[in-house]
Amino acid sequence: MHRRQTISVLVNDMPGVLQRVAGLFGRRGFNIESITVGASEEPGLSRMVIVTVGDQAMVEQIQKQLYKLIDVIKVVELVQETTVSRELALIQVRVDAAQRSELLAAVDVFRAAIVDVAPSSMMIQVVGEPSKIDALIRLLSPYGIVQQARTGVTAMMRGMAKT
Amino acid sequence: MSKPKAASSSLDAPALRQQWLQPDVLSGSEILLRSLLLEGVDCVFGYPGGAVLYIYDAMHNNPDFRHLLTRHEQGAIHAADGYARATGKVGVCIATSGPGATNLVTGIATAFMDSVPLVVITGNVPTTMIGTDAFQEADITGITMPITKHNVLVRDVRDLARTIREAFHIANTGRKGPVLIDIPKDVSAAATTFHYPEHISIRGYAPTTLPNKNQIHKLVQAIGEAEKPVILAGGGVVYAGAHEQLLEFVEKAHIPVTTTLLGLGGFPSAHPLWMGMPGMHGTWTANMALQNCDLLIGIGARFDDRVTMKLSKFAPKAKIAHIDVDPAEIGKNVPTAIPCVGDVLHVLKALNKKVKRAPSHAWVETIAQWKKEQPLRYEDSETELKPQWVLQHMMETTNGDAFVTTDVGQHQMWAAQYYLFNKPRRWISSGGLGTMGFGFPSAIGVQIAHPNDIVISINGDGGMQMCAQELAICAIHKIPVKIAVINNRVLGMVRQWQEIIYAERYSHIDLEGSPDFVLLAEAYGVPGFRATNKAEARVAWAKALATPGPALVDFVVPRDENVYPMVQAGSAIDEMIMGDER
Repeated sequence: MHRRQTISVLVNDMPGVLQRVAGLFGRRGFNIESITVGASEEPGLSRMVIVTVGDQAMVEQIQKQLYKLIDVIKVVELVQETTVSRELALIQVRVDAAQRSELLAAVDVFRAAIVDVAPSSMMIQVVGEPSKIDALIRLLSPYGIVQQARTGVTAMMRGMAKT
Repeated sequence: MSKPKAASSSLDAPALRQQWLQPDVLSGSEILLRSLLLEGVDCVFGYPGGAVLYIYDAMHNNPDFRHLLTRHEQGAIHAADGYARATGKVGVCIATSGPGATNLVTGIATAFMDSVPLVVITGNVPTTMIGTDAFQEADITGITMPITKHNVLVRDVRDLARTIREAFHIANTGRKGPVLIDIPKDVSAAATTFHYPEHISIRGYAPTTLPNKNQIHKLVQAIGEAEKPVILAGGGVVYAGAHEQLLEFVEKAHIPVTTTLLGLGGFPSAHPLWMGMPGMHGTWTANMALQNCDLLIGIGARFDDRVTMKLSKFAPKAKIAHIDVDPAEIGKNVPTAIPCVGDVLHVLKALNKKVKRAPSHAWVETIAQWKKEQPLRYEDSETELKPQWVLQHMMETTNGDAFVTTDVGQHQMWAAQYYLFNKPRRWISSGGLGTMGFGFPSAIGVQIAHPNDIVISINGDGGMQMCAQELAICAIHKIPVKIAVINNRVLGMVRQWQEIIYAERYSHIDLEGSPDFVLLAEAYGVPGFRATNKAEARVAWAKALATPGPALVDFVVPRDENVYPMVQAGSAIDEMIMGDER
């Protein structure tokens, strides 16, 4: 059964590591829905969070193949129920003065923020589960989205479980 | 063999070692050479160029360091590969940046697919010029990421010694493979105090060697209940040096064995429980045993598609146990009931302490019967020279004791079928990548490693022309490889597929007009002989064996001989064409 799966990968902060990981997914035909990289709590190590879609056997292969990379230190499959997943999006919407207050109300419901206002547009920043961002984008579409940028998902397990 | 610069025994001499370990201020190039000597490398294969000139300059005055100049970088890396396969030591080659490095790519992929330990050294343009599309610049670490076990671009000379130490460790532990070290020209020129680390610890690298006791227990139990067990032994048995443990295991458990192409020699072919090679050109017995067994134990074998053929119909009745050092191989192709991750040597040692004889008596008798009824066979001829007969003749005249390298194609399959091995590391062939051009240069590396043994290089007339330039190396250094060209004037394996699968639509397979191989050899200073029938073949081969240095024999065989048995792509392994159906 195909399902969405989030994998947290601790890697050496070395040149080419992202290329190694992305290349591995590419050549073995593993899907990447999103990939995020940033510094981890330990100097010299980065944490990648990769969202993929596949069946259990594929997710198992992904983990085993990742472990074969020398620069990969640890691979953890994040269990959906106990994981906090967040994505950030910036959305620029075409809006005139008359529509502003209506839009502000919608933004408020999503706990999003206006980060830039121009005479005929506004930039909205929203943080949340990808589904929440999808919902806001649907809501904003009728106004006319000029451009949008999404970071991809970063995620972590709840409690003290270290990933 | 000429130029024995350093006898291998002196390499281990403690005094020399101490001298190499001195914390002198050295250039990156000198650090490289010292580090290679400390790793016990007794011959490096390579080809100089602009970006490695400092390295070659350092060789100039180093009497301890032995380097063999090939005529093409591909020759260098295949020679290093042959050296590694024949010894279990890490093979080393050097090439310059850009085209030198890219000429190694096929050889790197060849070693990667067959888990051969290599350390590949490339030069690169100076760090200040990397990324500027400089003369002879290529991003070789980027290019080789998917075909190396690991690769490193060394940007600081202070990292060089440690990087080399780690590269040797990574290459020759766990699942073995090639590691590439890319050294920019300014790094090979820069100086620092030499320090060769005694111990290394690589945080992200700790291969599992010892097996899980619970899985061992499960496997022992499964063997105790198996009435029709089969062992599929691969290259991993040879690489782990576990051939004796495999023999002990087989005899204790009483289980018939089939050895894959890379596993040949990992189990003595003279043993009554050996069934030959499985798969596309495997024996009838091995394939039938796989399809009818109730327990299949894969040992250091990766269930490659040329072995399993149609995966959904492979070993349908079997519970599968899989012993492998690489956890990613387990469950990759076949669903596995009993996974045993660990070094094959350790796993077999653990098993041998516990295993009991399987209730396989009737099954073993059935298999003996199959072997009798369906042996490997071909239609011999007194007028034409049959390639299978040539291989049998080579085996008989060398007591099955030679080192044999092959190229890729029909001659490779005939060699695998008709030259029978009883010892490991004697069979050297590109299995996974199927690299034409491998057969001849790899033999040079084997002969360097085993100067006093008979090394036979078996090639087709196609593959022989892919690295023929290395004849020069054999002639100059009197490297006594016995080179066989199984010459059918056609790309035989392609011809066979076009005949059987593509309705005899022969497309671009005609090699008529190739050079006269006897004259070609002689142009390089290698004696050449030709044989067109059995009588000539006996004489030519005897002359080649009696020649003190290298020799080439051109065996002229029929164009249209096919390799049988054959299983067509997409068929199950028991859907076999035997070649003599009426």
